[in-house]
Amino acid sequence: MNVKRLTAGVMAAWTALFGFTVSALAEGVIGTPDEKGVWLQEPVNEQAARVVDFNELLLWIITVITIFVFALMFYVMVRYRAKANPEPSKTSHNTLIEIIWTVVPIGVLVVIGFWSIPLLYFQDVVPKTEFAIRVTGNQWNWTYSYPDHGDIEFTSTLVPNEAYKSSPSFDPAVKAEYEAGLTQFLGKPAQLNARLLDTNNRLVVPVDTKIKVMLTATDVIHAWTIQKVGIKLDAVPGRLNETWFEINKEGTYYGQCSELCGKDHAFMPITVEAVSKEEFAKWVERAKAAYADAGTTALGR
Amino acid sequence: MAHDNPTGWRRWVYSTNHKDIGVMYLWFAFFAGLIGFAMSGLMRMELEHPGVQFLPEFLGITEDHARHMFNVLTTGHGLIMVFFMVMPALIGGFGNYFVPLMIGAPDMAFPRMNNVSFWLMPPAFILLLLSTVVEGAPGMNGFGGGWTAYAPLSTSGHPGPSMDLAIFSLHVAGASSIMGAINYITTIFNMRAPGMTLHKMPLFSWSILITAFLLVLSLPVLAGAITMLLTDRNFGTTFFDPAGGGDPILFQHLFWFFGHPEVYIMILPAFGIVSHIVSTFSRKPVFGYLGMAYAMAAIGFIGFVVWAHHMYTVGLDVDTKAYFVAATMVIAVPTGVKIFSWIATMWGGSIRFEVPMMYAIAFILLFTVGGVTGVVLSNAGADIVLHDTYYVVAHFHYVLSLGAVFAIFAGLYYWVGKMSGKQYPNLLAHIQFWITFIGVNLIFFPQHFLGLQGMPRRYVDYTDAHAYWNWVSTLGYKVTAVGVLLFIVVMAMTLFKKKKDCADNPWGEGATTLEWTLSSPPPFHQFNELPKIK
Repeated sequence: MNVKRLTAGVMAAWTALFGFTVSALAEGVIGTPDEKGVWLQEPVNEQAARVVDFNELLLWIITVITIFVFALMFYVMVRYRAKANPEPSKTSHNTLIEIIWTVVPIGVLVVIGFWSIPLLYFQDVVPKTEFAIRVTGNQWNWTYSYPDHGDIEFTSTLVPNEAYKSSPSFDPAVKAEYEAGLTQFLGKPAQLNARLLDTNNRLVVPVDTKIKVMLTATDVIHAWTIQKVGIKLDAVPGRLNETWFEINKEGTYYGQCSELCGKDHAFMPITVEAVSKEEFAKWVERAKAAYADAGTTALGR
Repeated sequence: MAHDNPTGWRRWVYSTNHKDIGVMYLWFAFFAGLIGFAMSGLMRMELEHPGVQFLPEFLGITEDHARHMFNVLTTGHGLIMVFFMVMPALIGGFGNYFVPLMIGAPDMAFPRMNNVSFWLMPPAFILLLLSTVVEGAPGMNGFGGGWTAYAPLSTSGHPGPSMDLAIFSLHVAGASSIMGAINYITTIFNMRAPGMTLHKMPLFSWSILITAFLLVLSLPVLAGAITMLLTDRNFGTTFFDPAGGGDPILFQHLFWFFGHPEVYIMILPAFGIVSHIVSTFSRKPVFGYLGMAYAMAAIGFIGFVVWAHHMYTVGLDVDTKAYFVAATMVIAVPTGVKIFSWIATMWGGSIRFEVPMMYAIAFILLFTVGGVTGVVLSNAGADIVLHDTYYVVAHFHYVLSLGAVFAIFAGLYYWVGKMSGKQYPNLLAHIQFWITFIGVNLIFFPQHFLGLQGMPRRYVDYTDAHAYWNWVSTLGYKVTAVGVLLFIVVMAMTLFKKKKDCADNPWGEGATTLEWTLSSPPPFHQFNELPKIK
């Protein structure tokens, strides 16, 4: 059996089982979690793709280890059951094997570290970015501001259950109202995608642009995350945390507050709209006009 | 002498007897565990379907209040299971009962302090329960800031007295544990039978010795941290308040300097119990005894230098993170030594699959699963998408709920005959094992999927895409609940037996530690003449 073909076969089975491929995505990804999904969401940029790749490597390693331990256990349980082996051996030492099961795991960890540490530095060291956005966590919503774009600032809050068919309190008027608000806010047709993930407006960013994110909070600790973009960082009162991202595919991406922040912790999602650079420039002009006077909500709801 | 064999309530309330105190700890852990289990039931029922509907209906509260109540339940479940179930059962219960028996001592070194240790636990538990019925967050009862109690959610976020009661509860429980730990260290260092060197001491005693060291080194840090919370809350200090020059992250460093050793405090005694059971039912001595003992010591030591892996997303410096990644991964090495040594103990053995052995084997398998997901999470680069998701919940329940708790079940089945003189009904106990085994895996394995898909932990409601695996997880809870009910039936059938039917050593020649040389149950005072170890 050709090793290469075997590997390819295993990889194909893997892809079929766990569904992760790097296939090209249609324009305008809707980044909601997968129904009944069992693996990470599909990445939309290098940061997330590297995290997914690394997780896949780890999954291989831990699966092999787990199967190895389970197989040993089952072999021992069958081979050395009292019926099959009425007289136990007296062995209680074997220096060589003890050395092996100490050294081999160290080797495995070194291999993991070889991938892990460079990824960590890639994620964590902020490269030269084109502009910055400020994200402020509040109980229980997010405030976004664009200090490099004339201090556009708006607050992003949850779209209520009434706007969703899956909710018993569904009200088509509420859905229409929020979709109209979003359409107005983005300057293009927009729809609601998922209960508890949609917000009344979205953090709009251009694709293929390195953006710095500066995070803080006004009351308690929150955490800002978007899995498909491979980013998660706490928003801490009194601190300014810094990270970065670059999205390569247009679409709507979702995250949810990931640090317990009180009663409505589950109700302050994060929504990012990645648009083309031209569209972003147009949006900035509209938003500047609308939010010239900080705090107004002339656009959207 | 009159105090030799006290009877009635005096026997228990005034007790200075390590076996009676151990039994009281076990009962205490049992009742606290039932409450903690019921709390997780309320959470799983709420999460069975999307939307917030179960808690408002079941408790007759508004949806708004239910959102807070859910957080109170996660907090209560965590604190109860850690401080009032696992620790009292493994350390206070099995530790008290069996450490003196195994090292050939007549009792603990400080019997009266032992009494204080136990009797601090009920008031601590009452304080914690009280905290759920007084105001916490504005206008709502109970503290909903998680067992980690991060500031400022635990300071300005919960102005009501609920948090203060929870802090007092931990103070009292901590004092109890520190006294217990001092007692174990003194007992194990000074009261071993003639000839029992440390290197001949049974592994369970080793595990309790190391755990006791972890307790005396880590609990004072927790006590300090929550005292600072208390003064921030009530006396105007600003240790964790940036407005006064403090830092919320300082609390996390202090908390996890305690919190990480705490997870080994919960699992090391479980390692000890599993070693005994595997050896007994394989009819072989433990493979690589010294390696096993020093692997636990190594895990305990490294446990103190890895705390910030709980804080990869708080904004730590990247070099700091790189260090904590490396240090954390190192723990996998001594843990691997333990897993392989258990398998090697069984290798060549003559294995009998009694119920304690079933639980011990399940422990080894499931702890492996929880261990390897720990290796995944130790990598800050992978943790960035998994941090604070259900993947973490699945990971730590695999090592605690299916690890530490399985070891408690294993220990109970292993020793209930010794402690009560009555053996459990075998077939029913096997059924109980299988139902529990299937149930807990059904609860927690799907939670890996939820976490990978990004469902954050401590969420009262989730987006509709997560509905399926949440439903499966709740189904698993229902199966587990049957297992728990059956456990109560099995224990009741055991303890209400009229006749004492357990031999001094029911497990045969594989059971070599000193407790099996005594009668079942052991005499009220044992080893009036110290045994000599060759």
